[in-house]
Amino acid sequence: MTQINSKSSTIIANLQTTLHSGSQVFELTVNSEFPSTGITAILGESGSGKTTLLRCIAGLEKSAQGLLKVGETTWLDDKHCVPTYEREIGYVFQDARLFEHLNVQGNLQFAIKRSHEKVQKAFYAEVVNALDIGHLMQHKPDQLSGGEKQRVAIARALLVKPKMLIMDEPLASLDNARKQDVLPYLAALQNMFHLPMLYVSHSTDEVCRLADHVIVLHQGKVVTQGSINDVFASAQLPHIYKQETSTLIKAKIIQKDERWHLVKAEFDGDTLWLQDHNQAIGKTVRLRIIASDVSLSLQDEKESTILNRLEGRIGGIEIDQQGATALVTIDLMNSEIVAQVTRKSIDDLFLMVGMKIWAQIKSVAILA
Amino acid sequence: MGLTDSDINAIWLTIKLAFTVTIILLIVGTPIAVWLAKTKSWLRGPINAIVALPLVLPPTVLGFYLLIAMGPDGPIGQLTEHLGLGLLPFTFWGLVIASLFYSLPFVVQPIQNAVEAIGKKPLEAAATLHSKPMDTFFHVILPLARPGFISAAILGFAHTVGEFGIVLMIGGNIPAETKVVSIQIYDQVEALEYAGAHRLSAIMLGFSFIALLLLYSFQKRGIATKFRIGR
Repeated sequence: MTQINSKSSTIIANLQTTLHSGSQVFELTVNSEFPSTGITAILGESGSGKTTLLRCIAGLEKSAQGLLKVGETTWLDDKHCVPTYEREIGYVFQDARLFEHLNVQGNLQFAIKRSHEKVQKAFYAEVVNALDIGHLMQHKPDQLSGGEKQRVAIARALLVKPKMLIMDEPLASLDNARKQDVLPYLAALQNMFHLPMLYVSHSTDEVCRLADHVIVLHQGKVVTQGSINDVFASAQLPHIYKQETSTLIKAKIIQKDERWHLVKAEFDGDTLWLQDHNQAIGKTVRLRIIASDVSLSLQDEKESTILNRLEGRIGGIEIDQQGATALVTIDLMNSEIVAQVTRKSIDDLFLMVGMKIWAQIKSVAILA
Repeated sequence: MGLTDSDINAIWLTIKLAFTVTIILLIVGTPIAVWLAKTKSWLRGPINAIVALPLVLPPTVLGFYLLIAMGPDGPIGQLTEHLGLGLLPFTFWGLVIASLFYSLPFVVQPIQNAVEAIGKKPLEAAATLHSKPMDTFFHVILPLARPGFISAAILGFAHTVGEFGIVLMIGGNIPAETKVVSIQIYDQVEALEYAGAHRLSAIMLGFSFIALLLLYSFQKRGIATKFRIGR
């Protein structure tokens, strides 16, 4: 495996920018510090400033002001603004932006020639293989499908040997089938190249699948940020993502049940039954349990179709004062799970912190 | 074909003039066109208007001002005399200078349109790939704007070949020095030599048609950006 040199340090972004387009004025204010390792997702609906934030980090937004530090390197402060071409980033645009006058190979060579670090043959081969574009080398961009274009664009960004990979909704312009053409490659990239990634998306599904860390933007401001699990399992998610509140779990497959086509996955002392998708025993899987798919019961209801019932204690109850729901955190053996229930149920069952409870999980999504 | 020596001189001179002017205009016009395509300066409007002036001015007006500027009391005239080049009116290089002004919009505008059509997206992509501005100019803007350059070269050449009024004002009628094809035809008609005028006119007609055919067939295949003149 090739490793791209990346000191594990933090990215400090204290940025302000004001954009004018016609009579519209958009203001972005971000004061964030996030790890420059793993995948950091920037989540928000359209118009929340996600792309603007990325463009500020890349130096493409000339009106950006403030402080931007990546590890020990300052890219922007009161006195200096490092131009885009000197920032060691790889940028994957929403619309690929391959050079139309060059074929795929020419596009890749464009990056290799300008890399600050020599691109070894082995690294080139690894990138081409990882994105499966070897057979497309002589094609012109207009002969490629959307998914292929995006894969070439990712390869091109990697071949400039960046210290950080920035991706602006690389899947947004693709239909669902094409998304599946690219998504597995994205998931694999992080494991292969150990490159810190900033990933912009409006899709909670993509974010939960890929990210380790998440920043949620709303109308140009950071609403919440933190590790993916902390953010998604908290009541701090902005209103539009309320239904997406969920627990993310890293579990290991420990047992197969051939008869019922199920596998047993273990996490932090608890276990869950999952559908058997030929996961090998010992494999680590990423699971997502949507909070509204978890119901609570005061006893273990064995006479129920729900297979996954976990015993725990109520660790916290957060009531949504404006709505009908509440978010209940249940402490399991060594982890937590969140359940979204109605305020009425809390009242009816007299639920209180510390009570013993069974979490009944209706469905578990296997993300990766 | 029965062309006289004087006809052949005129044709040769016309080609030499058009070729010289096209080459110089591609070199001088490109930075102007790129600047106009990219700038947000308030000067954009005025410069655009100045570049487009020859499209609407009668060639006699342009020729008149240039004649004065190149004359012994004009700034260009004083400069050329100072440099020991003598005065330019009624010389080949005087014609070249006049044609540079006259054909400028035909070279600048296609290039400007092509560069504007590229937009900033490929340029941003290039910057994220560590390409410095000059590098981007030569390896992204120039190749992507190539159709605009082809249009500019064809139009600049053809338009210089076809000029008449300004040549008359600046160049006069000196064989092998300033007597281009259009003047030669004028002379022949004045002298009632219709056979000669027919021959040269037919050649001009054929040349102009082929030049435009080339231009539009490029456009059909989407190679050249649309020829919009006058904006």
